[in-house]
Amino acid sequence: MADTMQFDLVSPERSVASLAISEVQIPGADGDMTAMQGHVPVITTLRAGVLRVNGPEGSQDYVVTGGFAEINADSISVLAEKAMLVSDAKADELDALVATATKAAADATGEIKDAADKQLADLEALRVEIGI
Amino acid sequence: MPNLKDLKNRIASVTSTRKITKAMQMVAAAKLRRAQESAEQSRPYTERFNAVLGGLAASVGQSESAPLLLRGTGADKVHLLIVMTSERGLCGGFNGNISRLAKAKAAELLAAGKTVKIVTVGKKGRDAIKRELGEYFIDHVDMTEVKRVGYTDAQSIAQGILARFDGGEFDVATIFYSTFQNVVTQIPTEQQIIPAAFEAVEGAGTVYDYEPDEVEILRDLLPRGVATQIFAALLENGASEQGARMSAMDNATRNAGDMIDKLTIEYNRSRQAVITNELIEIISGAEAL
Repeated sequence: MADTMQFDLVSPERSVASLAISEVQIPGADGDMTAMQGHVPVITTLRAGVLRVNGPEGSQDYVVTGGFAEINADSISVLAEKAMLVSDAKADELDALVATATKAAADATGEIKDAADKQLADLEALRVEIGI
Repeated sequence: MPNLKDLKNRIASVTSTRKITKAMQMVAAAKLRRAQESAEQSRPYTERFNAVLGGLAASVGQSESAPLLLRGTGADKVHLLIVMTSERGLCGGFNGNISRLAKAKAAELLAAGKTVKIVTVGKKGRDAIKRELGEYFIDHVDMTEVKRVGYTDAQSIAQGILARFDGGEFDVATIFYSTFQNVVTQIPTEQQIIPAAFEAVEGAGTVYDYEPDEVEILRDLLPRGVATQIFAALLENGASEQGARMSAMDNATRNAGDMIDKLTIEYNRSRQAVITNELIEIISGAEAL
C-alpha cells in the first residue's frame, strides 16, 4: 500500500514494534504531533506520554517515557527509554517512575527544576490518560 | 612410588573436579546464549542512537552553546576511569585483561602528571587493581544482586557519573570493558564517554528539522547517551564473561581428562609392579623349600 510507512519502536533492551502504519501520533516534548507518509524529516524529543499508531492492522497505543523520534518521509523510528503496550503497563511501575520524578523535582533547583517539574507533570498526565 | 590407595583417591578427586568444570562450562554456554541475545536486541537502539547523536554533534560542533558533555570542560586534568569487570571468577583471563588495560592507562596518565580517579563495577576487577591503584578508588558499584543486566542498572551507574561530572569532579571519563568477538576472543576495550567522542558521520544525506532546537535536544540526549554506552558495555561484558568462562572451563575439563588418563596409567603400572613383586616372593619362597 502506497500510503503506509515503516514504523519502528525500540527500547534499549529490545525492539518493541516494527510494522507498517498509516499515521502515528507522537508525544513530542513541545506538544503532540501526528506524522504521516511524506512528512518533512524531523527529529524531536519525547515527553512521557502515549504514542498512538494507526495502520492497516488497526490502531495500537504504546506508553513511552522520554527518548526521541526520527521522522523521515517513509519511515519513523522512535527510540524510547521505556516502551510498552498500554495494556502491558503496570500501575506499580508507573508509581515507581512517578516517585522518582517527585523526588527529583523536590531535589532539583534552578534550571533543572523546570525540567524535573515538567517530567513529573507529564507522568501524572500519562497516568490519568491510561487510567491506572 | 605413591601407594595404590593414594592414586585411587587422586583419580576420584580429579574425576569430580572434571564433573564440576564440565557442568560450569555447560551453564556458561547457556548463559552465553542469553547474554548474546540481549546484546543483539539492544544493538538497533544503540546504533540508531549513536547515528542521530553523531549527526547532531557534528552540526552543533564545538560551538560555545554546545553542552559541556559534548565539548568537555576544556581541561584535561582529572581523569575518571570506570573499570567494568565481573562479579565472579573462574573465567580465564577476562578480568585480568581488563584490569591490565586499565592499569596501563592509569600508569600512563599518572606519568603525564594527571589526576586519576577510579570507579569500579564488579568486584573481581576491584580486587585485581586494589593493590596498585587502591588509593585512587572513589566509588564501587556492586552488581552481585543483579541477575540480568537491565537498562535501569546502566542508568543508575550513569546518574552517579553524571552527578560527579556536574560537580566538576573530573574532566574526562573513560570506560574499560571487554568486547565480545567470539567464544575464544574477547577484546579488552577502552572507550571515552565524556566528553562524548563520535565517529565522524559522513553527510547523513537527510537534513532534519529539530524540535526543540539542536542544542536543546543534545542537552536531553547526551546524558541518555552516557547511559546507553554504559548499557552496551555492560551487555558486551556479560557476553564476554560467559564466553571466557566457557572456554576456560572447556580447557579445565580437557586438562582434567588428561590428568585422569595419566594417573590411571600410573595406577595400573604400580598395581602390576605390586603383583610382580608378590609373584617373585612366592616363587622364591617355593624354590627355597
